[in-house]
Amino acid sequence: MSESEPIERLVGLLAKLPGLGRRSARRAVLRMLMQPEALMLPLAAALREAAEAVRPCAVCGNLDTRSPCAICRDPRRERGVICVVEGVADLWALERAQVHRGLYHVLGGTLSALGGVGPEDLAIRPLLARVAEDGAEEVILALPATVDGATTAHYLTDRLRPTGVRVTRLAQGVPVGGALDVLDEGTLAAAVKARRPA
Amino acid sequence: MPPNAPPGLRLTRLTLRDFRSYPALETGFRGRIVVVTGENGAGKTNLLEAISLLGPGRGLRGARMGELGRRAPAGPLPWAAAGRFENAYGRFDIGTGTTPAAEGCGSAERRAWRLDNIPLRSAGELAERVAAVWLTPQMDRLFQEGASGRRRFLDRLVWALEPAHAREVAAYENAMAQRNRLLAEDSRDTAWLAALEDAMARHGVAVAAARRGLAARLNAVLAAGVTGAFPAARLDLLCPLCEALGRDPALAVEERLRTALAANRARDAAAGAAAAGAHRADMALWHLPKRLPAELCSTGEQKALLVAVVLAHAALIAEARGFAPLLLLDEVAAHLDAPRRQALFAALAALPAQAFLTGTDPALFAPLSGLAEGFRARPGILVPDEEFPLPECA
Ligand SMILES: [Zn+2]
Repeated sequence: MSESEPIERLVGLLAKLPGLGRRSARRAVLRMLMQPEALMLPLAAALREAAEAVRPCAVCGNLDTRSPCAICRDPRRERGVICVVEGVADLWALERAQVHRGLYHVLGGTLSALGGVGPEDLAIRPLLARVAEDGAEEVILALPATVDGATTAHYLTDRLRPTGVRVTRLAQGVPVGGALDVLDEGTLAAAVKARRPA
Repeated sequence: MPPNAPPGLRLTRLTLRDFRSYPALETGFRGRIVVVTGENGAGKTNLLEAISLLGPGRGLRGARMGELGRRAPAGPLPWAAAGRFENAYGRFDIGTGTTPAAEGCGSAERRAWRLDNIPLRSAGELAERVAAVWLTPQMDRLFQEGASGRRRFLDRLVWALEPAHAREVAAYENAMAQRNRLLAEDSRDTAWLAALEDAMARHGVAVAAARRGLAARLNAVLAAGVTGAFPAARLDLLCPLCEALGRDPALAVEERLRTALAANRARDAAAGAAAAGAHRADMALWHLPKRLPAELCSTGEQKALLVAVVLAHAALIAEARGFAPLLLLDEVAAHLDAPRRQALFAALAALPAQAFLTGTDPALFAPLSGLAEGFRARPGILVPDEEFPLPECA
């Protein structure tokens, strides 16, 4: 199989995306090359536009074209309730389920001594500052049901204690080892409604 | 065996492709007891391993995916194993083997199962249908070697009944490894250490409680004499956590472990390991008539004790799942003296379970003539043993 250089470069780039191996990347590229005008150029334009316009929200870490993001600016949201998530994918999953009416805080990962991820590598200091300055009433820890997720939740509970804020966790029902963004919306909604003190 | 014992699971056909020493094999089993004899290296254990891999887990050698394919100059080949089973409700096929690895996913270690050619979604679905227990020559060193082998043996017994146990053990070991790392790096982050110790306490106590539950159930079966002429035995857990669970509520035990871990950080850092926890558990198996622990018994007595444990375990699985699991007994007869061998054959004849036995010496199995179906293993193939005719009514 011989592939000319631009094709190979495109396949190589696509193959770096989650869920796409080289084989699927090659299939996607072939499909696009059959309709360059209808698929490829609009995709290229959309990629450029998103790359230039979208940035992390300086307050919560969500991705949006403006900072603070649309959620942080929305006057109808409950400003006293902050839901802490591992990544933006979880934030979006909770938004799709429409169960959380407060604000968010994206940590950017979970603690992992073996993976070399420590408290300073996560947005923990900004969270503590936010809670102290904005006087939040409740922090909901919506972290994955893994050892690292549970460790991070325990760590945050400990660090948030001096602020006096109420800290809660998602109810059991999030399957062990389960990432939030693959849960169906009903399960996620039930887990948020039945949260318990951390 | 009580008359209301659940019916046994039966393997009636086995198909292998590029599995270990077998390029291709297709063979039917009509006996409830199947005897496979052959020289060392003829592939007898490989055959039992293939059968063990039709159920959940990594099989009787605990092998990794990459070790199972037949060797070729370019490396191990993709392999497949399929079994046709019969149970009280009918016939079904289980297939397993190398997954056509999704490129770039980096998970060539994954093994998938198919039920009647439809992918199974969870190991739990498989556990509802197929189970096997085994005894291999590797277990002969169980009582001579370190505690970690006995812990693995114990955890396998638990796991066969409670699949979630494997996850608890893995979570415990993960949290412990992370704490060891932080201590080795001389971390002063007490909140992070406390978070990991909390995970160790929660998962560690769950692990200990499951081991304790298994020991109690197994001892009840052993005491009831289900294992026939095998020596009465008792399994004792040597584990402070398990003992504490006998006295105090689990939450109190958890809290104490949490406190102990926090108090011993400096000592654990110096030792490079935690002094307390579920990873410290050991077990002792007692030969009750002789009042001796297994490590002080003769090789034959140790083997007999292990047979008793395996048969009791099979009875527990039968009770939990509603069907008797397959029994895979690799080179067991050779280590037993004639009376015990006779006792084993009598026990197997009385059990509802299908049993597969291997050995080098066909003469040892002579008492099973007319009861068992015999095969000779030769490299890569299996041929019916003409001196061991198929029983009339198996
Ligand atoms: Zn925001």
